[in-house]
Parts: sequence; C-alpha cells; structure tokens
Amino acid sequence: MKHQLDYLDELEAEAIYILREVAGQFEKPALLFSGGKDSITLVRLAEKAFRPGKFPFPLVHIDTGHNFIETIEYRDAMVKRLGEKLIIGHVQDSIDEGKVVEQKGKNASRNALQTVTLLDTIAKHQFDACIGGARRDEEKARAKERIFSVRDEFGQWDPKRQRPELWNIFNGKIHKGENVRVFPISNWTELDVWNYIRREKIELPSIYFAHKREVITRNGQLMAASPFLNMDEEDIIESRNVRFRTVGDMTCTAAVESYAFHIDDIIEEISASKISERGARMDDKVSEAAMEDRKKGGYF
Amino acid sequence: MDILKFLTAGSVDDGKSTLIGRLLYDSESILADQLEALHRSNRKNDDGSIDLAILTDGLKAEREQGITIDVAYKYFQTDKRKFIIADTPGHIQYTRNMVTGASNANLAIILIDARKGVIEQTIRHSFLVALLGLPQVVVCINKMDMVDYSEEVYDKIVSDYKTLAAKVGLKNVNYIPVSALKGDNIVYPSININWYKGDSLLHFLENVDIEVDDSTAHARFPVQWVIRPQTEELHDYRGYAGRVSSGSFKVNDKVTVLPSGFSSTIDKIELLDEEPAEAFAGMSVTIHLKDEIDISRGDVLVNSQYQPEVSQLIEADLCWMDTRALDTSLTYFIQHNSKVTRCRIQETLYKVNINTLEKEYNEDFKLNDIGRIVIKTAEPLAFDLYQNNKANGGAIIIDSRTNVTVGALMLRATVE
Ligand SMILES: Nc1nc2c(ncn2[C@@H]2O[C@H](COP(=O)(O)OP(=O)(O)OP(=O)(O)O)[C@@H](O)[C@H]2O)c(=O)[nH]1
Ligand SMILES: [Mg+2]
Repeated sequence: MKHQLDYLDELEAEAIYILREVAGQFEKPALLFSGGKDSITLVRLAEKAFRPGKFPFPLVHIDTGHNFIETIEYRDAMVKRLGEKLIIGHVQDSIDEGKVVEQKGKNASRNALQTVTLLDTIAKHQFDACIGGARRDEEKARAKERIFSVRDEFGQWDPKRQRPELWNIFNGKIHKGENVRVFPISNWTELDVWNYIRREKIELPSIYFAHKREVITRNGQLMAASPFLNMDEEDIIESRNVRFRTVGDMTCTAAVESYAFHIDDIIEEISASKISERGARMDDKVSEAAMEDRKKGGYF
Repeated sequence: MDILKFLTAGSVDDGKSTLIGRLLYDSESILADQLEALHRSNRKNDDGSIDLAILTDGLKAEREQGITIDVAYKYFQTDKRKFIIADTPGHIQYTRNMVTGASNANLAIILIDARKGVIEQTIRHSFLVALLGLPQVVVCINKMDMVDYSEEVYDKIVSDYKTLAAKVGLKNVNYIPVSALKGDNIVYPSININWYKGDSLLHFLENVDIEVDDSTAHARFPVQWVIRPQTEELHDYRGYAGRVSSGSFKVNDKVTVLPSGFSSTIDKIELLDEEPAEAFAGMSVTIHLKDEIDISRGDVLVNSQYQPEVSQLIEADLCWMDTRALDTSLTYFIQHNSKVTRCRIQETLYKVNINTLEKEYNEDFKLNDIGRIVIKTAEPLAFDLYQNNKANGGAIIIDSRTNVTVGALMLRATVE
C-alpha cells in the first residue's frame, strides 16, 4: 500500500518531531512567544507534542513595552488556559539598567533593543535552546538558516560556519555558554500557517482581522497611531479599515488596508497578495542585509 | 496536495541559482516588494537585466562574490504541487552544504554548463546523489544560449552523462536542454530549441512520480520522549512520543523494543485528542503499550516480525565534512535517530577517487573525502541498511572536541 501525508500533516509532523528533539536533547529549553501567529502556531504544536504532559519548557516573552494591547491580553489568557509557565523579559529593564539607549527621532523603535534583553534573559535563566517561530520563506537570510542554529556565547549567528544538517538528525551538542535557536516551522510558508490555523480552529488576537483604527501614513506605510510612535504636526491621523499581517511591536509593524473579517477572507487575501509579509516590516527595510546583520548580533 | 523537495547541484557557476531564480520568476512566484528589491540591487547581468541568482544568494558574502556559500531554501507552489527547493553551492569547499540540501530531497537537478560538459564537481555531486539514494535525477544542460542551442553539443553531454550515471548507479535520469538566463525550457517550452520535444523543467517537476511504495518497508518508531504527566488523574499514563520513520503500526501489533529485546503489544495510538488506528511513516504520534517495560529516548520500537540489524560493528559509507582529517585513534559521537553513543572508526577500507571513481587504499580521510569504513559503537545500534531503508540507515558523526557534525554515514552492513 502507498501512504502519502497531506502537506499540512507532513509539516505538522515535522514540527512536532523537532519540538520533541528539543525536549530530548536539552536541559533548559524555552519557547520564545511573541504573541504573533507563528508563535501561537508553535504553542498549538507543543500541545500536540507533549499533552497530556506539561511542556518541558517555559514560554518566554521579550516585552518591548510597545505592544498592541490585544497581544498582551491574548498572551495572558492563553497562558492561563494552558497552565504553563511564562517568563517575561522587559526591554524597559534593559533601558533602566543603562544597557541600551532609547532611540530618538521619528522612526524610533525598540525593536533593535530587544536583542539585548533577549540575550540577558537567556543568560539569566541559562537557557540552552530557544524555540522560535521564524520561517525560511520570510526573508533571504532566514532562508539560509539551519533548523538547529548554533549561536556562540554572544548569541551570534555565523552563516559561514553552520553545521551540516542531514536527514532529520539534529545535532544539539554545544559547549557551555552557547545556545541553539530552534525553528520547528522553518519549512512553512505564510499561507501554510494560515491554512493550519483555519484547520485547527486556533483563536488569534483580534488585530489580525480587519478593524477600524487610527493610523498615520509614514514612508508609504500605515502605522497605528499610538503614544509609542513619535508623531509631529506633519502626521495626519485618519481612521481606516485595517488589519496586521505580522505582529511585532507597534512602532515597527505596519497595517494593511483590509476588509478581511474572517479567516477565509484572510487566506483569500494572502493568496492574491503581491506583497510579501515582511514588506510590512520597517525593520527589514533599513538595508539589503538588515536581517543578516541583526542575526549576527544575536537577534532571532 | 503533496510536496516535492528538490535540490540544484553541479559545478561552480553552472547556473544553479539563476535557474531557481528563473523558475520562481517565470512561474510568477516572486512578490512585488521582492521584485522591487531585485531591481534596486546593483548586481546586474552584463546586459543590464536583473540577476536572478540573488533571489537565493541571500548572504552579503554571497552577493559580493557572486557565489553560493550555503543552502538556501525556497518555497513555491503551482496548482499541481508544493515545492521546497534547496539551492546548494557548487564550490568544492562547501560540499557539506550540498550534502545537507540533498539529504532530505526526493529529486536532484544536476546542472551542466554546455560549454564545459561533465567535470569533476559534476561527478562528485552525482556520486553523492547516488550515495544518498535520491530516487530521481534531472540533468539540465544549461547555457544552451552560449553554444547556439546546438543539438550536437547536447547529445554529446547526454551520452557522457549516461556513462557516468551507470558508473555511479543512478536510476531514473532525465535530460533537458535549458538556458536559465534566457528562460528556455524552464517554465515555458523553448522556441530556440525546436529539436527538443520533451517537457519543460517545471512541467516535469509538476508531474514526476515521487510516491514511495512503502509496502515492504518495515515498521520503525524511534522513541524521542516519554510522556509521564504523573498527576493524580493520569497517574499511570505512560506514552512513548516519536515519529514513525518507516512502515506502519496498528493497534494490537506485536512490537519489540530494541536494543533491549523486550516485546509487547500496541494498546493505543494518540495524537492529541485523536486516536488513529494506524500510524504510518512520517506521522508524529504517541504510542501506548500493553505491558510496562523500561523504554527511554534512544530506544526504537519495531514490528516484532521484521527486526532490524542490531550491532556494534558496522560497515558504512562515510562522507567526511570537516577540515580536520578523520583520526582513527579518536573517540567520536555517533547520532542515529534519537540515539547518541560514543564510537571509533575501527578501520578505513577504501576511499573513492572522484575523477576516476576507482577505489584508493589510503586511510587519510580529509575534507570532502568519500569512502568505506568500519565503525565500532559503544552501545549497539538497531539499524537497517541504508539501501533498504534511508530513514533508519543514516547516521552522523560528531567531533567530541568541537561538537561539530563532521561525517555523514550510510550504514551498509553488519560486520560479523
Ligand atoms: N549565458 C548564460 N549565462 C548563464 C546561464 N545561467 C547562468 N548564467 C550565468 O552564469 C553565472 C553563474 O550563475 P549562478 O547561477 O550564480 O551559478 P551557480 O551554479 O549558482 O554558482 P554557485 O552556486 O556559486 O556554484 C552568472 O553570471 C549567470 O548569469 C545561462 O543559461 N546562459
Ligand atoms: Mg548558486
């Protein structure tokens, strides 16, 4: 007889397998939870991998302090439902400790600062593996990264010295002080994630769906008006029907005009879209190698 | 819908990255903002047209040097199929990255520069594709625009490659004359190559049969993790979490745990709230047994009727991937499925000379060397022969000093 898994089942099975490898190979893993759809998907996969047992890792949220309120509410409700442990690393603490300095000017964002908070949180809890929801289809430097991506004691990625990664054998051996970033949904596309969310009936923060919101237009993109965004008299606030395709903090995530109120509408919208998901991220537009440079510095 | 995973291989500058770029471009899989970035880039072809190779050459160093250093994974889909592409480097220095990309693929596209024909890297990559047991190969004879789309040139290369394919033992080889730069026979049939009547590359990829008949594959389930909630209401719950690597398991099947040798019967198969009656290759599930036996990560459940080899002395093909040469006096780690144990290379039997494909009796395994060895493991491995069962016949060697993966092993036989 011939057996063939449907693509969503195959991607799901691969991700569960990777999560279980993390559990089996590391002493102190953590799941980095951003509140975005990719990390929400990871949580669902972790339930499939480990229930009825507890997760063999805590959820870790690096909180820039500039989050959408909907994300934080979703996070807290989810943690309560799961009964799992949540650790929060505050970028504000890194600022107060003088480890990083708040950016100035119109395009100021705490996005770049969170790397320091992340590395500090990893060091403080001595995490040896951090699971993240990055996907290879998001960005060209990510397209190059292994599923088990070894970082040195400074959290740095060295793209020229990646370990060979054969079949489904993942080598998680590291020296003390190093850690591994693990990406279970590396092989998923944005559309795969949405199709999975629909199939599994996963609830999402409301900002993923079309809603009315006060926005300003900056560098050709719609940014949510908020106290975190440095605005001046040139910025005109308008009320528009928007949704967010990717969710980072409020200062670096742009909205798209949308009337997709239901997940079916979103899937239809993405299938027809001519712009990539990361096209709505200011942090990637800085330069051609923005993501690669950030990864080398310890970013996810 | 199913997924076809393929890689591009071949020598430096044969046009692998350009071909992937062309495939994505002509199949309209590139989004507007990515296209805009392409136009903005200052790496252009000589005639000023956009350089499609930078779609996959995502690292700064790659774009600066115009070469591929590490595998890039790209994703696209048509109405027929989903595709996962691994664009691998042609440089000999980065062979380990090509092996990484090839290990998970169902099909290899091997590119040959029509002006150069079959050269050393073509042979090395073809040999590796055969060694890794990829079921399908498409040879793209590229840069046909630079040889006036000559049928003669094409025929000569096809005939040379057929000799090579027979020598290295490749089956299911197909040939397509293409120009990745101009787009001939990539997505659209070529008007310049009117003497070729076969499929364009995309048409071929959409239709090639990749279903594996697993009716003869024996059931294997490496245990990754034991689920024991130890709460009051789930006091006796003990589930073995893992992914079926081959064959299939059904409730009530008799299974044996290796290497211990204890037997039991499958009580239940779980996937969160579902309880499928059967789990087949590729599925991640949790298995419950009727008896309480000691099982932990590193053990494998197998169908009791068809047991694998269990041995500590194994003959294997080795592909060495580290700049430090293999040291037969050193203890390494071997990782095979979820099991990690210490090992030593007891004997090197031969190396293969890539140019002649002859065996050489020289025990020095350096970077990119491929050959046959005998490995001795500290604990017994329960494995299948790679040629019969890839999923349970591959292993890696890890250097215990650096923790780096230094060797790929294809387990071939138990040494009596
Ligand atoms: N004339 C012509 N040039 C081509 C064709 N395909 C690729 N090239 C050129 O060949 C050069 C190398 O192409 P790449 O795609 O970078 O080669 P590669 O095989 O990916 O190289 P590595 O990844 O470094 O091994 C570039 O200058 C391409 O523009 C073709 O069909 N015709
Ligand atoms: Mg290339």
